[in-house]
Amino acid sequence: MSDATTTPVGETRFVTARLRERPDDSWTIEGALASGAYNAFRQALTMDAESIGKEQVAASGLRGRGGAGFPTATKWSFLPPDLAPRYLVANGDEGEPSTFKDRMLVERDPHQLVEGIAIAAYSIGCHQAFVYLRGEFALGYERLMQAIKDAHARGFLGQNIQGSGFDLEIAVHRGAGAYICGEETALLESLEGERGMPRIRPPFPAIAGLYAKPTVINNVETLSTLPHIVTMGGAKYAELGVNKSTGTRIFSLSGHVKRPGNYEVELGITFRDLIFSPELGGGTPSGRPVKFFIPGGASSQWLTGSDEHLDAPLDMDFVQQTFGVMLGSGAVMVYDDTVNPVLVAWRLAKFFAHESCGKCTPCREGAGWIEKVLYRISHGQGRPGDLDLLFSVGNSISPGVLNAPFTQTTICPLGPSAVSGVASLHKYFRDEVVEMCRRGPRTIPVSAEVTR
Amino acid sequence: MTFNPTNLARALEIVAQYPRPKSAILPLAHLAQDQDGWLTPEAMREIAELVDVTPAEVLGTCSFYTMFKRTPCGTYVVSVCTNVTCLVLGGPEILEHLEDRYADDPDVHVEEVECLAACGNAPSMQVNYEFHEHLNPDLAAAIVDDYKSGELTARGVSGGRQ
Ligand SMILES: Cc1cc2nc3c(=O)[nH]c(=O)nc-3n(C[C@H](O)[C@H](O)[C@H](O)COP(=O)(O)O)c2cc1C
Ligand code: SF4
Ligand code: FES
Repeated sequence: MSDATTTPVGETRFVTARLRERPDDSWTIEGALASGAYNAFRQALTMDAESIGKEQVAASGLRGRGGAGFPTATKWSFLPPDLAPRYLVANGDEGEPSTFKDRMLVERDPHQLVEGIAIAAYSIGCHQAFVYLRGEFALGYERLMQAIKDAHARGFLGQNIQGSGFDLEIAVHRGAGAYICGEETALLESLEGERGMPRIRPPFPAIAGLYAKPTVINNVETLSTLPHIVTMGGAKYAELGVNKSTGTRIFSLSGHVKRPGNYEVELGITFRDLIFSPELGGGTPSGRPVKFFIPGGASSQWLTGSDEHLDAPLDMDFVQQTFGVMLGSGAVMVYDDTVNPVLVAWRLAKFFAHESCGKCTPCREGAGWIEKVLYRISHGQGRPGDLDLLFSVGNSISPGVLNAPFTQTTICPLGPSAVSGVASLHKYFRDEVVEMCRRGPRTIPVSAEVTR
Repeated sequence: MTFNPTNLARALEIVAQYPRPKSAILPLAHLAQDQDGWLTPEAMREIAELVDVTPAEVLGTCSFYTMFKRTPCGTYVVSVCTNVTCLVLGGPEILEHLEDRYADDPDVHVEEVECLAACGNAPSMQVNYEFHEHLNPDLAAAIVDDYKSGELTARGVSGGRQ
């Protein structure tokens, strides 16, 4: 898998165009207006509001960029007609390990987000929108607040926007360090001033969301794409990409690559293109082979450096159906062959155990149990039956975890996500784990570690 | 009274921004923490009055969120990521170095945090919620020292702490 065997594949920039063109002022109102901000919103205001969702967004094939990849127009269409008020929430909680695109979009192109929110709100008839922004994003908060203020001053927010009769306010709500608040119903709880614990569905937020009113929740990148769909027309947008994965997506590439960072590429290029193309990841810095990589953020199951996996296209349905992994939040973490996969699985398990909200027993207890067992294996204290133990705990949280689509015994998908690492070890690194369990140096009593 | 007059005015604005007052618990807790450096019991009582719930409900909500510090935590909150990208690029070594170095320094609160959405430039940390990236243990320590000497300041969105 040397660089020479790969076709160079570059970026296709829409959502990231402004921040690349104007590196020094893309986030200011002047910089944004000079590169066409709010033209799409102006155009949208001349169009029939409903047609934007039902025709343009539907034709674009746009699917959510937050994780689940649900078609955006379909989500909007679930709103009951004639029920007001209705709310729109931009999900900027971005806590999925190795995902860093939404922070970039908020910090460096907040006006594009405001414009996307305005277009979505106009289309669905919402007059109060919220941005749920991850609490740690201090710079992003400052820039987004300024952008909202400036958009107000220029008549793009507030009452009777651009003389259209449409009113819209946007409030920014900062989270406070809980990954689970990115899950849409936990987010709504948090926005209502509660502990961020997911709700049982149905009812879905489109029917009874924020304050039990119809609510649409969309990811920051999803909303930031809307101005481009309005400008180019939905059908034209759908020409980009592959199959039902239309358009471009921003992939957050990190770990063992020469050029880590956010790359906006057309869907349909391969993982090999993304990781090895000189214009994108550029291959591993050490020149060593890729041992495995985690597509789609920490919640996804893993893929390995095999040709079969590297040559898979970035197509949401293809990777789901073929390998049971997801493109999720668009993050790809790459590990060369010096990395111990058990250590990575342990750190992920620790993350999920820490972030479990505690509402469901299988997730609360199971995630912690998986973490402890992976800890002892990765720290040389493994026992022979540990892999089977892990798998049985995992199977209790997420029955059928090796065969996608698996089911869940929990309220939200965080439970199954906590099992992704175990399932991946089971599929690809079984021998390695068994060997580690067999030869672990047992210098201290195992129980001392387990109850640490 | 905990909120100073400016922040009290801001607090009332924040409450008015939401269709239901209880929604303002998180932003008011941020505001109180900005002002005092941590979330004091008095602040939680005042927030309860402002949003018309019991102090226990405010505590119930706030205790869920790791950014709210319910004990004094020093002037500088240093948050070091050790999640799976930082893990293989040196995050844990930075954490260990800073924990040792500032073990007896009451001004510096070193904490291990989950992915900060800065993995493209890993390993990463925040000091009072300002990002610092491409780190190694010595560089990270030099940055913390620059905050201590006033060379660097944070914007203070969540810490009037700077
Ligand atoms: C545990 C968990 C964490 C999530 N975190 C985020 C997040 O940080 N940002 C996000 O946009 N979506 C996140 N999601 C997905 C949201 O629930 C939701 O599907 C998404 O925001 C919808 O927007 P979209 O349709 O535009 O993708 C998360 C889901 C789960 C289960
Ligand atoms: S699966 Fe885990 S995070 Fe999700 S609701 Fe249940 S306990 Fe909470
Ligand atoms: S893993 Fe450390 S910033 Fe993402």
